[in-house]
Amino acid sequence: MRDLNEHTAGEDLIITTAVRLMVPFIQLFGLYVIVHGHYSPGGGFQGGVILGAAFILLALAYDLKTSQKFMTVKINAILGNLGAAIFIGVGVLCALFGGLFLDYSALDALIPLGPVAWRSFGIFLVEVGVGLTVMSIMVLLYWNLSSGGAMDEGL
Amino acid sequence: MEMMVDEVVAKYNYWIYVVLMMIGFYAMIGKRNLVKKLLGLNIFQTAIILFFVSTGVKKGGGIPIVDKYQALAGGVDAASVVNPLPHVLMLTAIVVGVSVTGVALAVLQRVYREYGTLEEDEILEKVQQ
Amino acid sequence: MKALALLATLVTGALLLYGTRDFPAWGDPAAPASTYLSPTYIEKAVEQTHVPNIVTAVLGDYRGYDTMFETVVIYCAGMAVVSVLWRKKEEE
Repeated sequence: MRDLNEHTAGEDLIITTAVRLMVPFIQLFGLYVIVHGHYSPGGGFQGGVILGAAFILLALAYDLKTSQKFMTVKINAILGNLGAAIFIGVGVLCALFGGLFLDYSALDALIPLGPVAWRSFGIFLVEVGVGLTVMSIMVLLYWNLSSGGAMDEGL
Repeated sequence: MEMMVDEVVAKYNYWIYVVLMMIGFYAMIGKRNLVKKLLGLNIFQTAIILFFVSTGVKKGGGIPIVDKYQALAGGVDAASVVNPLPHVLMLTAIVVGVSVTGVALAVLQRVYREYGTLEEDEILEKVQQ
Repeated sequence: MKALALLATLVTGALLLYGTRDFPAWGDPAAPASTYLSPTYIEKAVEQTHVPNIVTAVLGDYRGYDTMFETVVIYCAGMAVVSVLWRKKEEE
């Protein structure tokens, strides 16, 4: 909050104050939707879009360069690759421990929790990976499309 | 007359989605601006998604989220839960739609930067020169 | 041009409406979409995976391969947008 006090790039005081109050709660809700995908409608794709929407809201209220101080281009690329790598890594790990590709109950040889509990946990790991990738790609698409390639101005 | 009313009640959802599909289809082939064609593609895709999800409805069925302890104790009756497979396939379809729209908008920006216009016939004239 | 497009749309719409004649009725539990594999998923999903949300269980476990390629598709869309639009500000 102290960082955003110094940025006077936003135009309207009401919009910037309201966005400053709302963005942490939107991010918390996005994390909740990802994690609670086992028991309620939600899961990886939906939670990832909500998390990405929080960053896009910040970019709309302030400047594009201000939002790039909170998620730099390098961190964005790392998170996008990390999400896809988590998914494929879990699949390869299952194949290394004797089962088929993406057969979560074969990971029972690594940490003994029981094959049925490993299926539930495997679904959760995979949803986290999907959520990270979707969040970073949504923000990257907004940056590129709103500034025409050179990330300086934005909408 | 009775048969007509029975037929309409049994199938009116498919007819509504076919009408929506044809609205999107006309926008894709009948309009000249490239952004309007892209919006027609999006309308067509939304109609297909709704059509697919509506084929899995069962009369009197609930949503495919059950009570965990009740299901472990008793079991789930397949006729009281709506078919979950179209829901799963359409999640993938929505994400593919978003990807196609994103890439199409990027290509449209390059076309505008290159030719200065987004009308289809003016672009064809400039290309053929 | 627009008259031709309207004619093509109407002909396609009429053909599709004729094709809905042998669809199953709306809400039929014995429709072919709900009989081959989905009763197995509905009955076995909670006891085999301990996840009450059947849609997430099918998406993450039974059809996990499709979800993996889904993630790759959205990643490739991001790469495509970057490669089409990225430019430095010097060339104007």
